[in-house]
Amino acid sequence: MLAQQLANGVLLGATYALFALGFTLMFGVLRVINLVYGFYFTAGAFFSLWLAQAGWPLIAALPAAAVGAGVVAVALDWLLLTRLRRAHADELASLMVTLGAVLALYAAATAWLGPDIRRLPPDLVGGGAVDAIGVRVTFAQLLILAACGALVGLLVLLVRGTTLGLAIRAMAEKPDAAALMGIDTARLAALVSFISGSLAGAGGVLIGLNFNAIHPYMGEQMMLRGFVVVIVGGLGDIFGALLAGLLLGVVEVLTAGYLASGLKEAVGFAILVLVLWTRPAGLFGRADARRA
Amino acid sequence: MEAWLDDLFWTYQNLVVSLGINGLLALSMYVVLAAGQLSLGQAAFMGLGAYSSVLMTLAWGWPFWLVLPASCVAPVAFALAVGGPTLRLSGVYLAIATIGMGEVLRAIYLNVDALGGALGLSGIPEQASPLLIYAVLAAALAVLWLVGRSGLGRAMEAMREDATAAEATGVDVRRMRLGVLVASAVLAGLAGALSAHATDFIGPNDYGFEPAVTILSFALLGGVGSPFGPVLGASVLTLLPEVFRDFANLRLVFNGIVIVLAVLFLPRGLLAWRMPRRAA
Repeated sequence: MLAQQLANGVLLGATYALFALGFTLMFGVLRVINLVYGFYFTAGAFFSLWLAQAGWPLIAALPAAAVGAGVVAVALDWLLLTRLRRAHADELASLMVTLGAVLALYAAATAWLGPDIRRLPPDLVGGGAVDAIGVRVTFAQLLILAACGALVGLLVLLVRGTTLGLAIRAMAEKPDAAALMGIDTARLAALVSFISGSLAGAGGVLIGLNFNAIHPYMGEQMMLRGFVVVIVGGLGDIFGALLAGLLLGVVEVLTAGYLASGLKEAVGFAILVLVLWTRPAGLFGRADARRA
Repeated sequence: MEAWLDDLFWTYQNLVVSLGINGLLALSMYVVLAAGQLSLGQAAFMGLGAYSSVLMTLAWGWPFWLVLPASCVAPVAFALAVGGPTLRLSGVYLAIATIGMGEVLRAIYLNVDALGGALGLSGIPEQASPLLIYAVLAAALAVLWLVGRSGLGRAMEAMREDATAAEATGVDVRRMRLGVLVASAVLAGLAGALSAHATDFIGPNDYGFEPAVTILSFALLGGVGSPFGPVLGASVLTLLPEVFRDFANLRLVFNGIVIVLAVLFLPRGLLAWRMPRRAA
């Protein structure tokens, strides 16, 4: 029982980590709290739903939905944040703009698509499962774990191992200095938006698969998890987000299993407040002078 | 009262009540924004005020004159718990921590039987007359006006423009931030108690993410140069959906767009007038 719960928790946590990764990347590099981020998650889930209904296999629908969400992210980022970035506005201004935008987007999506929950076509993933040491894992869950692992690996490779990643880290460190060194920060900002949006979109597809429920407001519920993960992991910290995502997944599943399923969101928030009281830089965080 | 005026009043009583309540909520948002903080917990504070006041009335049988001030206790306690750690950090942390609050409290209202679960609590005696609501609103406006004109108001404005410079000139920024958050919780708690006792029903879904953002749109549309701006913003955004009833389901789309446009193009709001202040 406990082993099964832990396995489910790790699988859920992997998607949380994937989702939070894009959010923390966006904050780390672009210095904006982009609340529209949750909408990219919804967008990815709906793109995959429509593609699957059009008969696309999952192996093609997942990347296509991620790319679609990435394009949505670039467009919205340009529309909402270029002006503020040029004016060097503070973080709260970008937070308020994206907050207003996300309210409008969810409400418009609900007015257009309706609030009901949609299901993916049943034959999208084989219904099989693997049993090992008393733990049962479905094919869908294995696929989610593999996709999360691959995407996280690619992202770390990109940020840590390429010249492009070096430019991204330079921009995160000091955008003005990076621009003076010949980095096209506007293009890089668009690229980072694209990467983050695709990660959120992929997360939307995978969570849609895991729970088989797709609806316009799914991104908002995810966003609350995203906040917990990025703050517990330390804002802007990629590895912190990974560990905190897994942790939150396990804690939520254990809470639902042993206490009450309705309380799992409250537990995540309790952890958030506890971390803010005791270790505001995040569980694994280093002191960050820019935070002040 | 003239008969036609009486009719008009009964037809629009809900609107009259929500104008007053939304004005109070806009003021609760104004207090924090005027000091350069962004808290999105106003709806959650309102919910705490509403639920705690209804428990006091229904379960404990307290009289309303005692319930109304006591309804501030739970929101203030929550504000201190969340504000204590986050106010040491940059403003982003307070915003994020308070966004989560509303949704988490909803989960608690839904899961605790004493709070009525998904059905909410009903049969609340309608003890809050429109007159009382407007009296509280007027009192809040007067207090905020007086505070705004005083040295305290000047300190708040200095914090909004540049917190570091304000600190350097002797403003205790941390205490001020906690103070405005508590004031905001008090106003929202009162609004919650009043609205609960004016409508006879409260439910877990009335205090979540959407109301929180809507309250922000009141203040941003009106502007935070004086306490009158947010009240004006609240009135406009409460009356508009009445005029455009056919587009009622696009109300939130509209509120969201108002926020975006106000921040990008109208940073001082509709009422750009700044309140006069005594010379230092």
